[in-house]
Order: sequence, then C-alpha cells, then structure tokens
Amino acid sequence: MTEIKIHEYTKEELKAIRKTRTKMPEQDAVARGKNFEEVALGYNIEDALREANRCMFCAKKLCVNGCPVEVPIPEFIKLVKEGDFLGGAKKIKEKNPLPAVCGRVCPQESQCESLCTLAKKNEPVAIGRLERFVADYERMHGGGSNGEVDKPKPTGFKVAVIGSGPAGLVVASDLAKLGHDVTMFEALHKAGGVLVYGIPEFRLPKAIVQSEVDGIKALGVDIKANSVIGKLHTIDELIEAGFDAVFIGSGAGLPMFMNIPGENLNGVYSANEFLTRTNLMKAYLFPEFDTPIKKGAHVAVVGGGNVAMDAARTALRLGAENVYLVYRRSMEELPARQEEVHHAIEEGIDFRLLTNPVEVIGEEGWVRGIKCIKMELGEPDESGRRRPVPIEGSEYTIEVDTVVIAIGTGSNPIIPDSTPGLDLNKWGYIVAGDNGQTSKPGVFAGGDIVTGAATVILAAGAGRKAANAIHEYLMSKVKN
Amino acid sequence: MAKILEKQVLRFDLVAVKIEAPEISKKAKPGQFVIVRADEVGERIPLSLARISPEEGTLGLVIQTIGVTSSKLAAMDVGDEISDVAGPMGHATPIENYGKVALLGGGFGAAPMYPIGKALKEAGNTVTSIIGARSVDLLVYEKELGEFSDKVLVSTDDGSKGLKGLVTDALKQEIEENGVDWVMAIGPAIMMKFVSLTTKPYNIKTFVSLNPIMVDGTGMCGACRVSVGGKTMFGCTDGPDFDGHLVDWGLLMARQRTYLEEEKLAMENYLCNCVPSATK
Ligand SMILES: Cc1cc2nc3c(=O)[nH]c(=O)nc-3n(C[C@H](O)[C@H](O)[C@H](O)COP(=O)(O)OP(=O)(O)OC[C@H]3O[C@@H](n4cnc5c(N)ncnc54)[C@H](O)[C@@H]3O)c2cc1C
Ligand SMILES: Cc1cc2nc3c(=O)[nH]c(=O)nc-3n(C[C@H](O)[C@H](O)[C@H](O)COP(=O)(O)OP(=O)(O)OC[C@H]3O[C@@H](n4cnc5c(N)ncnc54)[C@H](O)[C@@H]3O)c2cc1C
Ligand code: FES
Repeated sequence: MTEIKIHEYTKEELKAIRKTRTKMPEQDAVARGKNFEEVALGYNIEDALREANRCMFCAKKLCVNGCPVEVPIPEFIKLVKEGDFLGGAKKIKEKNPLPAVCGRVCPQESQCESLCTLAKKNEPVAIGRLERFVADYERMHGGGSNGEVDKPKPTGFKVAVIGSGPAGLVVASDLAKLGHDVTMFEALHKAGGVLVYGIPEFRLPKAIVQSEVDGIKALGVDIKANSVIGKLHTIDELIEAGFDAVFIGSGAGLPMFMNIPGENLNGVYSANEFLTRTNLMKAYLFPEFDTPIKKGAHVAVVGGGNVAMDAARTALRLGAENVYLVYRRSMEELPARQEEVHHAIEEGIDFRLLTNPVEVIGEEGWVRGIKCIKMELGEPDESGRRRPVPIEGSEYTIEVDTVVIAIGTGSNPIIPDSTPGLDLNKWGYIVAGDNGQTSKPGVFAGGDIVTGAATVILAAGAGRKAANAIHEYLMSKVKN
Repeated sequence: MAKILEKQVLRFDLVAVKIEAPEISKKAKPGQFVIVRADEVGERIPLSLARISPEEGTLGLVIQTIGVTSSKLAAMDVGDEISDVAGPMGHATPIENYGKVALLGGGFGAAPMYPIGKALKEAGNTVTSIIGARSVDLLVYEKELGEFSDKVLVSTDDGSKGLKGLVTDALKQEIEENGVDWVMAIGPAIMMKFVSLTTKPYNIKTFVSLNPIMVDGTGMCGACRVSVGGKTMFGCTDGPDFDGHLVDWGLLMARQRTYLEEEKLAMENYLCNCVPSATK
C-alpha cells in the first residue's frame, strides 16, 4: 500500500488553500475531443489531503442537508484528512452505496456543495471529487464495494429485482447482504442500466459500473440478462413462481420525440439510440464491433440536460466537425451538471441557446438541416422557470447531417401493461409510497420509474429505502 | 447463451436452426420475435419465431444471410452457443376465425408464417399459403406449410413451378376465384407493400410484419420508428404487425437503408477476417 504522508497545515496555509478548490487534473480539451477516455482524471493522494483540509468541519453540516441521501460528509472528509481513505469510503457507503459513480455524476453544485459554508466567501469544498477519490482508492486497493462482507445467514426469502440501474443495484446489494435470495432481471444483455447504455465512457468508465455489478454477483445475486419482465415473465408470474417480494427499478427509458416534420428522416436519432449504439454496443469501435452508427460531420443535439451534453460530446468524439447544442431556454436554465456544460464549452460545442427546432429538413430521405426559431423568455411557468416564447419571423436553418433528440424520456409501458393492479400516475409512472410500496402487495418500486427521469443518487436512495422496506415486509411475514 | 441443437441449410442463403430456449418458448406466441446477439462484439438483430416448442424448450429460427450478423449466425454449428437471445418481443399476431385467410411469405418470411398459419388453422380458418421464388430450385417451405394449409399456391418468375409470375399474381387469382377475408404477409418490405397494394382495392384486411432496423427491441431507443396511418409508432413494441394499408412504405424502406455503407464495410471486414467460418 502507498505510504500516506500527512502534512499538518499551518493557519496561514489553511487560509491560503481555503480560497480555491484543488484542481482535478483533466485530459487536454483538444486531445480528449478525439477519444472516449475519461475526461476528469481524479485527485491523487496529495490533492485529496489538501482538499480535505479545506473543510472547516462546521457544526451546521449544511452540506448534509443538500445531499438527497444524507451522506455524513464532514465525517468522511475528516477520515480523508487523517489519511484513512478506506474508512472514508466506508463512511460514505453507510448512506450511499455507489460513491465511485456518484462522485462522478452527481450534480454536486446544486446539492451538497451549494450549501457549503466555505462557498459564502470562497469556492466550496470539492465534495464530489473527494467522494470519487476515496471510492477509486478503495476499488484499487482491493476493498471493493462488497469486499469485506461475511456471508449472511440465508433467510429463505426470494426477491426479484427488475432492472439493473442504480436503483436495482442498490436493492439487490442491500437485500443480499441481509441474507435474502435475490434474482435480478435485466432486459438488455448487460447489467448497469443507464450507467452502461447511456452515460458515456468518457464520463463514467464502464469498468467502474462493472465492478459494482461484480460486487453484487459476489454477494450471490443471480443476474439474469436478456430478461424482459412483462414479456418473458409477468410480475404476477414471478410471485406465483415463489418470489416473496418484487422490486421494480425499470427506469424511464422511453425516448420522447418532438413531433415536428422530418423527425423520421435518416440521420435523426433519439439520444437513447445514439448513446446506446455508442456506449452499450461500442459503435465507436466499429467495425471491430458490429453495430454501426452514422458519424455525422455536422450534428445538432436538441435539449439541455446531461443527456444532451453526453450526446453532443459523443458526436464530437465520433468525429464531427461542428456540434450544435440547440436549447430553447438560456444558459441559466440549462439543467445539465455545471461541469458537463463547462467541459462541453471547452471542447467547442456550439451552444445555440434560446433556439427551438421547428422542422428537420431533408433531402432524399436524409437530414440536411434543422430549421429553428429564436426564443425569448416570458413569464415564469409552473416549474418556476421563465417560459420560452418564439420570436415571430426569426426562423433560420442550421445545416447538419445528423440530429439527436434529447428532450427527455417517459415511462415504458411494458411493465404497466402486463401488471394488473399496479397504480400509475397520469404520466404513466408507478405510484409508490416513500418506502417504495406500490398498490400491489409485496411489490415495491423506485428510481426513475417512480419519479420520472431524475438522478443516480435519487435512484440509489430510493433503492436503499425500498430495500429496508422490503426487508421489514419479509421479516413481518415470518412473525405472522 | 442459447445452444444450437439442430441446423439445416434450406437454401444457399437460408439456414434453419433449433435453439435451446426453455423460458422464452414457454411464453412465445406466433408473430413474436427475439433479439439475438451472435457473440461478444455482436449487433442486436431481430429474428421472427419460426417454431415454438414449449414442451421441448426450443425455438426455431430461419436466418437469411445478408450481412455480418446473419452470416455469423449461419456459420455457427450444432453445439455452438449464441451469446444472447432475448424475448419474446412484440405483440403476437391476433389469431381469430377470419374465414378464408391467405398467407404470403417471402424470403425468410415463409418460416414465421408456419406457427401463425397453424394457429389460424386451429382457430377454424381456411388457410391458403402462397409462396414464390424466382425459380423452383429456390422455393422453400412448401412442404412445411402444406402440413396445415388447405392449399399451398406456388408462383415462380420463370414458370418452372406453379403460376408464372409473382406471389401477388397468385394472391389476386385466389381473391378473384375463391374470395379471401384476411391476408397476412411477411417478407421483404417491397413484397409486403405490393401485397398491401393488391388487397387494397378489395378492401381486405391485410396484416404485415414490419422489419425496421432495431437495437433493443423493448421500446427504449426508437430506431424502429415506422409511420402507420400518419402516426409514428415503434416497430418493436407497437408491432411488429401493422395494417398494411396504412404503412408508409417509402419511409420504412428508406430507413432500412440507413447503414448501407457501414454494412458493406462491415461485410468486407468480416469476410477478410473470417473466411474459414464463413465458407463452412
Ligand atoms: C445519457 C444520460 C446521462 C445522465 N447523466 C446523469 C448525471 O450526470 N448525473 C445523474 O445523477 N444522473 C444522470 N442521468 C440520470 C440517471 O442515469 C438516472 O436517473 C438513473 O440511472 C435512474 O436509475 P434507475 O435505476 O431508476 O433506472 P435505469 O438506470 O434507467 O435502469 C433501468 C434498467 O431497467 C431495465 N429495464 C427496463 N424495463 C425492464 C423490464 N421490463 N424488464 C427488465 N429490465 C427492464 C433497463 O434496461 C435498465 O437497465 C443520466 C441519464 C442519461 C440517460
Ligand atoms: C421483427 C423482425 C423480424 C425479423 N425476422 C427475421 C427472420 O426471421 N429471419 C431473417 O433472416 N431476418 C429477419 N428480420 C430481418 C433481420 O433482422 C435483418 O436481416 C438482420 O438484422 C440483418 O443483419 P445483418 O448484420 O446480417 O445484415 P446487415 O448487413 O447489417 O443489414 C442488411 C439489412 O438488414 C437490415 N438490418 C440491419 N441491421 C438490422 C437490425 N439491427 N434490425 C433490423 N434490421 C436490420 C437493414 O435493412 C439492412 O440494410 C427481421 C426483422 C424484424 C424487424
Ligand atoms: S428497437 Fe429500440 S425502440 Fe424499438
């Protein structure tokens, strides 16, 4: 193991380092635009120790309030400061089972870091980077996520987990550790959910997701890939077959389109298709891998969330000369993580803000351009954001050969349609209580399929709550 | 993993395989399909179910070799394992007593017609199967369809067997002479289009099993978008069967050609890397 040298910072030194957060090394912006390797390279030990020392360990712990799963942030940072990185990772995992993932993809700037006391005058503590650091350190030093767990005593209860995204992974892991016999059903050929098919390699290396998946396998979870629940087995059939409880973590994977003319032309992709071909199917390595993708030279991506940023930066890496990000509101309303927007700008993505597509223009069946209209911000809408309204007569066309639609996703009807007695809300998402209990006894749900497209940490948090509730539900069955 | 239990070469470009699929075979219904990935670097492609044997725990697939994935699958032998088979995908063909039904299969399409036709026969229909080929030596599945069909009509372009002409000519003749209440076609888009055009003037309900390019087959990507009655639908989850009179055939065929350049490159790459297995 690497020797860890603890440096005691003097008062003056502390004052100096507290101003600005420790930079995280990154791949050069030009070079990385041509490869799929991870952009942010992570802290080394020295960086981590410096950053941990920036924390004031204030009594209020406001950062914890900003965390959807209430990670004991100051406590873990304290352990980092003391050089106990494995301890730090363990501390986070008391609340968040997926720190290597969340350290990379959580919108920290609007969660924990937004409330950091330091942020009032200086830059906030880089909590996400520290989280990533301890998780990576742990993985590289053999203390893998589920490393030290003793085999629990089997309870004899069988639980089916549907979907292998963050919600499903957490439920499976938590319940397996409690001794339940867990079988995970995944529709695709590979486990990981959006973490494998959606979020690109350059932002979340697939080896990290794989180590989480391997972790639950090591706990004895049986992962059944290629198993579309609702088609191969219905939920009622799972229950009849002897599963004592079912968790639905099937995500919000139905791509939405804009319903504008030209949307079915060759060269128009949903972000899900564009990213699935690239990430899951490895089309960027075509023809070494069999799945092709159209490598557009001029690409327009419609949308402003993380999905849109990922699609735009993927298009760039596939070799595009120009990538336009077409978003109908302004920079302030961009819902994507700050770091992704920052990276996208650095990489040369051309942001066309306050712009909305009205038509995809084609020629002989192929995309030739995207006709857009300029927008201005009007009165706030229900979401509190100012509503974009079109400026009459401001239409113009951007010449592109590829269009990627990243305006959101909805609920896939396969499970709802095949599950009588499962209550849905008006958008088709599953209605579940705070602990994930659905309208069907013994059936729990959590993650995007309940909330609509949200975040990894919310899905992981919902998974943890549901796992606790499922455990309680099963244990109460014993007593009766 | 799904093991190949039997393999039969039907024609130079058509291979029938029986695969181990105990769970899928118990749920599958005629008209549904599976998504198959040949190996670890493979593409996900849809293949219709040509046989469904729940007692045996097997499925039959008939593969037309046109590109890399179909060639890889066709080159696999008995005992080999297909990396991934997922399903059953899509909706089953609605089986009812329609009266007199005519079923047209082109290319691989005669094969998935087998379970559909058999079910239709069992539901009380009078079943006429219509198959065609350029010439008699390219004709396949005649015997199999004969197992349950009240009659099998054959057409060949060169007149070497049956009616000289296209399957649509045979269909037209059947409609004129005996009357047809319901039609289903599976095969190349162009064939399904012309079957639909043939039945349109007679106003005969015509089902077609559309074959857009797919990725996941579960409604997650939208690659399989088709336009039916002016509405965009997903071939995998809304289909694969649609009303042939409402399908935008131009769009389907245009979208099928999306990756022509890439497919050519992939095939060249495959052939120069894998000559031994490709010529097996
Ligand atoms: C491109 C992209 C980028 C994103 N970036 C970020 C980010 O930076 N930060 C962040 O916090 N969040 C991000 N998100 C959102 C985040 O990934 C999701 O909120 C999260 O993955 C939801 O987790 P989940 O477990 O509910 O579902 P998912 O991750 O969607 O997993 C659901 C799984 O269930 C499977 N499934 C579906 N139906 C069935 C069925 N019938 N039977 C069996 N299996 C089924 C699916 O195949 C899938 O594997 C991003 C999302 C996308 C698409
Ligand atoms: C519901 C459905 C059922 C089908 N059933 C059968 C069947 O039973 N037997 C059979 O031989 N074929 C069937 N097909 C067609 C089959 O999927 C394609 O021929 C196959 O994907 C070709 O792949 P390839 O790599 O060999 O050829 P490629 O060289 O990749 O492609 C050749 C042509 O096949 C089509 N194609 C390519 N990739 C896909 C894809 N991922 N999904 C769909 N089409 C694609 C395109 O039109 C393409 O131009 C079916 C298609 C659908 C949608
Ligand atoms: S194949 Fe992906 S949605 Fe139909």
